[in-house]
Amino acid sequence: MTADSANASERIVVALSGGVDSSTAAAMLHAEGHALVGFTMQLWNQRRLAGHPGMPATASGRCCSLDDVHDARRVAEGLGIPYYVVNYEDRFERDVVVPFVAEYLAGRTPIPCSHCNTAVKFDEMARTARQIGAGKIATGHYARVRHNAETGAYELLRAVDRDKDQTFFLWGLTQEQLSRALFPLGELHKAQVRALAEQFQLPVANKPESYEICFVPGKNYQDFVAAYLSERPALAAQLAAPEPGEVVTREGEVLARHHGVHGFTVGQRKGLGVATGEPLYVIELRPEQKQVVVGDEAGLLSQELTAGKVNWIAGQPPAGPLRVEARIRNRHVPAPARAEALPDHRMRVRFDEAQRAITPGQAVVLYQDERVLGGGWIE
Amino acid sequence: MPASAAGAYFDNNATTPPLPAVVEAMRPCLEANFGNASSIHRQGQQARAMIEAARAAAAELIGAEPNEIVFTSGGTEADNLALFGMIPEPRGAHLIVSAIEHHAVLHAARELAERGAAVSWLPATRDGRVRPTDVEQALRPETRLISVMLANNETGVIQPIEAIGRIARQARVPLHVDAVQAAGKIPVSVEELGCSLLSFSAHKFHGPQGVGALYVRRGTRLRPLFYGGRHERERRAGTENLAGIAGMGAAARLALRDLEAEARRQSRMRDALEAAVKQSIPEAEALGAEAPRVPNTSCLHIPGIAGEALVIALDLRGYCISTGAACSSGAVEPSHVLTAMGLEDAEARACVRISLGKLNREAEAEAFCRILPAEIARLLELSPARHAKIKSGAISVA
Repeated sequence: MTADSANASERIVVALSGGVDSSTAAAMLHAEGHALVGFTMQLWNQRRLAGHPGMPATASGRCCSLDDVHDARRVAEGLGIPYYVVNYEDRFERDVVVPFVAEYLAGRTPIPCSHCNTAVKFDEMARTARQIGAGKIATGHYARVRHNAETGAYELLRAVDRDKDQTFFLWGLTQEQLSRALFPLGELHKAQVRALAEQFQLPVANKPESYEICFVPGKNYQDFVAAYLSERPALAAQLAAPEPGEVVTREGEVLARHHGVHGFTVGQRKGLGVATGEPLYVIELRPEQKQVVVGDEAGLLSQELTAGKVNWIAGQPPAGPLRVEARIRNRHVPAPARAEALPDHRMRVRFDEAQRAITPGQAVVLYQDERVLGGGWIE
Repeated sequence: MPASAAGAYFDNNATTPPLPAVVEAMRPCLEANFGNASSIHRQGQQARAMIEAARAAAAELIGAEPNEIVFTSGGTEADNLALFGMIPEPRGAHLIVSAIEHHAVLHAARELAERGAAVSWLPATRDGRVRPTDVEQALRPETRLISVMLANNETGVIQPIEAIGRIARQARVPLHVDAVQAAGKIPVSVEELGCSLLSFSAHKFHGPQGVGALYVRRGTRLRPLFYGGRHERERRAGTENLAGIAGMGAAARLALRDLEAEARRQSRMRDALEAAVKQSIPEAEALGAEAPRVPNTSCLHIPGIAGEALVIALDLRGYCISTGAACSSGAVEPSHVLTAMGLEDAEARACVRISLGKLNREAEAEAFCRILPAEIARLLELSPARHAKIKSGAISVA
């Protein structure tokens, strides 16, 4: 029972990426007799930056590739469901790519997937879905949604497969968005999904997974940002251009020069241009002073953070402080902490034990057991 | 098509269903009369006769002589043959092309520019017309070709080709006319248009896909695209697409026979549809309605909707219409035709095209007169722009 809150006769839009997860989610709903419509989102034109320095000469990369559309179409054909490629390039550029570039230049480490989920998949695509008479959207995310009859609220729960859990990218969803979301894979382990894909004889059952940011070919953010800005000079003029600066210690000793803070990440150890006996880490980025602060591993540890643009899944902030487990990176094991809401959609999180490399621009997501309480952007 | 009987095909500018008589004309070529028209024997002679009969019918549709017709694989090849064939040495050459051309001309011209030609792009007015005076002003001593379409594929607007033809003749510059969306819908006469080259395609007038033709005025020097056998007067090498050509001939005969009656019938249905939409959606606008149009095409601009969503919603109800131009993945991109007419990207995304054909029945069109406005109204209810306008008082809610 994956779509318990969906009436079998109600039309559901299923987002098909051409990968094994979304294809299996579609096949499961189809087997349960739901009326499905398959959508693949066209989000980024890979040809756009082709040929720029550091970019591939021809269209490549994973996002919206013809191969993936071809795979998604084959899955839809196999299931016998209507299928369309929907174009959200404008919205994606505005709400995902531009913020990604701006964050990157500001020396933060952006994660565009959260923006894509809240602004594109569960907003723009949800609107198209409603317009074609589909109240619900199904995706291949590893997460669960539960309607709490007592509180009347929708709850976002971690996936049964904790390794695959994707709630770190879904904390921005509102009650309205959650009420429309179906995550058929949330109760399954990846191995079960693979087995189901085989069982459903999906043409993509053995397709490998991809982890990189979909619109950045390879993992070269720097070249992508440079190529993108060269195409949009007006935007480039608005955003702080990367400027060279100093690599300093916390005590202010200048160790080296750098080409721009955006080339660094908190926790980074290699490529600092500094030769010392003991290992040095980036412990802080100060974009205003164009400084990259380095120090020993202990300097990476901190116990407290504040976050902005906080979304509380329940719809409103909690009245008092909460005992939570807080996650500060996708692969980070949530750590015990105390969280309290602050005015203006902000919050403070104090960990019981100091955490390594708390990185501004990354998300912090709060959990109580399997339940996601909310999240925000680390300041 | 869904299981229910509802639904209709209103995307005839994309392609038309082949008429039963066309299929019948093609069938022998795929069975007993399979010959190669270049062969000496009876089978070959039979094939040759069928091709020449089709050539005569295709020529008659556009008021040309049969020996001025070169069969191609379709409109795109005809356009490419015209542009690359007339400008084999792009360096130093100049050509004049309208900005609202089909991609077949547009991208061919861009490629010529890549190879060193200079291209003057003609703008369009808000109602989708190219101005002859712009052609006149763009002329240069080294101008080698003018290419302007007869009817636009998205708006159906008919271009002032006769006036452009007079300018071209006076300047002694050959004129190419992409008549893919006009041939079979309105009377076409290469004499009256004054063109040297004219492209048309069978599947736009209920013939098969994969076959078209280029009219080449006698005396026009044209370099072929392909090299091989001496087919089509050495202008298009390759064994003829016998079945396709036979189908094109049959379709051309039927199109010419029914031209006036169908024009009246389809424009009646088209006008009723536009009236029905405007009646319930006052902000809707039929683009190019003030200009002469082919009788089957309506391009509706409905501020605040996503054309893509309307096309999908209607498809799920069994009605096929279209929007913009599909990119290689199948997603919709804002149409270059509409942006050339001065529409913003967002406005261009709010347009849909309805194009009628011979097989559309009045009952289908009448049903669609009710369904289309209702679907549009439903979409507007769910559109954020509409909500903003209602809030600001720009739209009053009845």
